[in-house]
Amino acid sequence: MALERWIALVFVTVCLIYGYTAFFTMDASLAPFMRRNPVWPSTFPKILAVMGLITGLIILFGGKKTADGPKEGEIDYRRLLHYNFGQALSLLVLMVVYALALRPMGFLLSSLIFLSLGSYILGERKLHILVPVSLVAVFGIWYLVQEVLGIFLRPWPWFI
Amino acid sequence: MLEGLIEGLVTAFTFTNILMVIGGVLIGTFIGMLPGLGPMSIIAIMIPVAISIGDPSTALILLAGVYYGAIFGGSTSSILINAPGVASTVATSFDGYPLARQGKAGKALTVAAVSSFAGGTIGAVLLMIFAPMLATVALLFHSTEYFALMVVGLSAIAAFAGTGQVSKAIMMTILGLMLGTVGEAALFPAPRFTFGVQDLQSGLSFITLAMAMFALPEAIYLVLDPNRSKTGSGGTSEIKDLRITKAEAKEIAPVVGRQSLQGFFIGVLPGAGATIASFLGYAVERNIARKEDRDKFGKGALKGLAAPESANNAACTGSFVPLLTLGIPGSGTTAILLGALIALNVSPGPRLMVDNPNIFWSVIISMYLGNLVLLILNLPLIPYIAKILAVPRNYLIPFILFFTMMGAYIGQNNATELLLLVGLGVAATILRFANFPLAPALIGFILGRMLEDNFARSMQLYDGIGFVWERPMTTGLLFLAIVLVILPSWRARLARIRARGIADGD
Repeated sequence: MALERWIALVFVTVCLIYGYTAFFTMDASLAPFMRRNPVWPSTFPKILAVMGLITGLIILFGGKKTADGPKEGEIDYRRLLHYNFGQALSLLVLMVVYALALRPMGFLLSSLIFLSLGSYILGERKLHILVPVSLVAVFGIWYLVQEVLGIFLRPWPWFI
Repeated sequence: MLEGLIEGLVTAFTFTNILMVIGGVLIGTFIGMLPGLGPMSIIAIMIPVAISIGDPSTALILLAGVYYGAIFGGSTSSILINAPGVASTVATSFDGYPLARQGKAGKALTVAAVSSFAGGTIGAVLLMIFAPMLATVALLFHSTEYFALMVVGLSAIAAFAGTGQVSKAIMMTILGLMLGTVGEAALFPAPRFTFGVQDLQSGLSFITLAMAMFALPEAIYLVLDPNRSKTGSGGTSEIKDLRITKAEAKEIAPVVGRQSLQGFFIGVLPGAGATIASFLGYAVERNIARKEDRDKFGKGALKGLAAPESANNAACTGSFVPLLTLGIPGSGTTAILLGALIALNVSPGPRLMVDNPNIFWSVIISMYLGNLVLLILNLPLIPYIAKILAVPRNYLIPFILFFTMMGAYIGQNNATELLLLVGLGVAATILRFANFPLAPALIGFILGRMLEDNFARSMQLYDGIGFVWERPMTTGLLFLAIVLVILPSWRARLARIRARGIADGD
C-alpha cells in the first residue's frame, strides 16, 4: 500500500475519533440554556468530521494511482535508509532531549550542548572551532533575547 | 486616500521603522539565500521578535521587509548556485543560472533586482488603488458572506493545488481546521478536544505549527539529503560588473511592465500566488517573444530572467490585497502574517482601513521603502552576503533547528511546545514524503477560528442553517466554492475518459 493511503487511513481514524467526540461525548456537559441555541460547540466539528471522513475515504479507495516516483529534488521515502537517516533520527532525539532539559539545566548550558552535539552528529570533528562558535552563539542569542527583546530565559541550571 | 497616505508616510518614516525595513530586508536576504529556507520559515522564525516589538505597524513593517528580502535572497541563490530556496524562484534559475555560468552573474543579479523592484513598486501602486475599493465593497458583507468567502478562499487554495492533488489539499485543509478547533474558542468558553492535557487549553500556537509545517521538515530534508544544501560550489566569488546597458534595459522594460501587472492579479487570487505567477510569466513571455529571442530562453535570456522576477514580486504584493481587505490569506506566507497580526491584537479585514489606517498605509509605504532598500543597499552588498553560502552545513543545520525551537519556545515559554513541535514536524515530514501540500493545513488552522465564529454567528442570526439559501450572495459564493473544488477532478476525469476512448479506438 502506498504511503499516501496509509496516511489517509490514519486520517480516517483521526476523523472517527474526532467525530465520536463531537457527536457523542462533547455535548454531555452542555448547559441546558445552551441547548436552545441553533449552534453548539460541537456543530462545526461535526461538519468537519463528516467532510474529513469523506475526503479521507476518497483518497484511501480512490481508483487512480498518482505519480509513482518522487519528483526531482524530493526524497524517495521508499529508500529512506539510503539517506542520512541515522543523523536525522539522532538530531530529532537530541531535540526531544533538549526540550526536556531546557528548564532544569538552564538555557546556556543546554543550548551549548545542543549546538555542539548537533554539529558533532553531522560529522564536525574540529572541536577547537566547534565549541567556541557554539559558545559565542549561545551567549549572543541569550543576550539578544534577554536584554534586547526583554524575554526571560533562565540562564543557569537549577542549583545556581 | 491622500490623508491615509500622509499618515502612512509619517508612520513609516520614523527612525525605528526605517531601521526595521533595512534590518528586515537584510535579514531576509541573508537567510533567504540559504538553500531550503523559504520566506515562510524565515517569517515564522522572525515572528516572536516582531511580536515582542509590540507596535503592530513596526512589526508588520519588519515582517514585510523580511518577506521581500527572503524572496530576493532566494533569487540570488537560484542565479548563483542554481539552488532555488523557494518554489517561486525556480523559474528564475532557468535563465539566471546560465547567465552566471557565462560569467554574467553580476548582470543577472542587477536584472533580477531591477525587475523585482519594478514588480514590487507597480504592485504597491496597484494595491493602493485596489485595496480601498475592495474594502469598501467588503464593508457591506455580513458574517454569512464572510463565512462563504472564507470557504471560497479555502476551496480556491485546494483547487490550485494541481492535478491529482486536489483531494490531498482538501484533506490538509480539513486537518488544519480540525487542529484549529483544539482548545477554547471565542464563542464557546469551554475547552474542546484537549483530551485532558492542560497545555492544550489555549489551543495550539500557530508559530509552533508554522515551524513544524515548514522550517522543521526543510531542515530534516537537508539532513537526509546532503545534495540539497550544495553550498559554496559555483562561482560566488566572481560577481563583478553589476551594470546593465541601455539597450538591455530597453529590452526588458516591456517584459517587466507586462509581468508586473499579470503577476499582481494572479497574486490577488487565493491559492495562486508567486509560484504560479512566476512560471506563468516565464511561459507567457517565451510564447510571445520573437523567434530568435525565444531560442535564447533557457540559455541565459535577460527577458527570461526579468519575467519571473517581476511577476513573483508583484504577486507577493498582490497577495496582500485579500489579507488586508478581507482578512483572508491566499498563501502560506500571508497566513503566517495574518497569525502575527492576530497575535498583535489587530484584526485584518475591511475595518482595518477605517480603524487603523496608519497600519494599512504604513505597510504600503514600507513596501516602497523595502523595494528601494533592496535595490540600492542590498545589491551592492550581494557579493559579501553571498559568502553565507559558504557556511558548512555541519554548522548551518544545528542552528536552523535551534532557531526553530527558540521561535516556538519564546512565544509560549513552555517545554511542551517543543515536544509538540518535534512531533508535528515529524508528521509534516511524512506528509511531505507522500506529496501532501502543507500550506493548506496552516491556512485552515489560522482561518478555522474565524470561519467557525462567522458560521456560528450566522446560525444564531438566522436560527439555523437557513442563511445558506436565504442570502443570495452567500448562496452564490458557496456555489462558487463547490464549483472550484469539483471542476479540476471533473476535468481530469473527462480527460481520462477521452484518452481511454482514443486508446480503445486504436
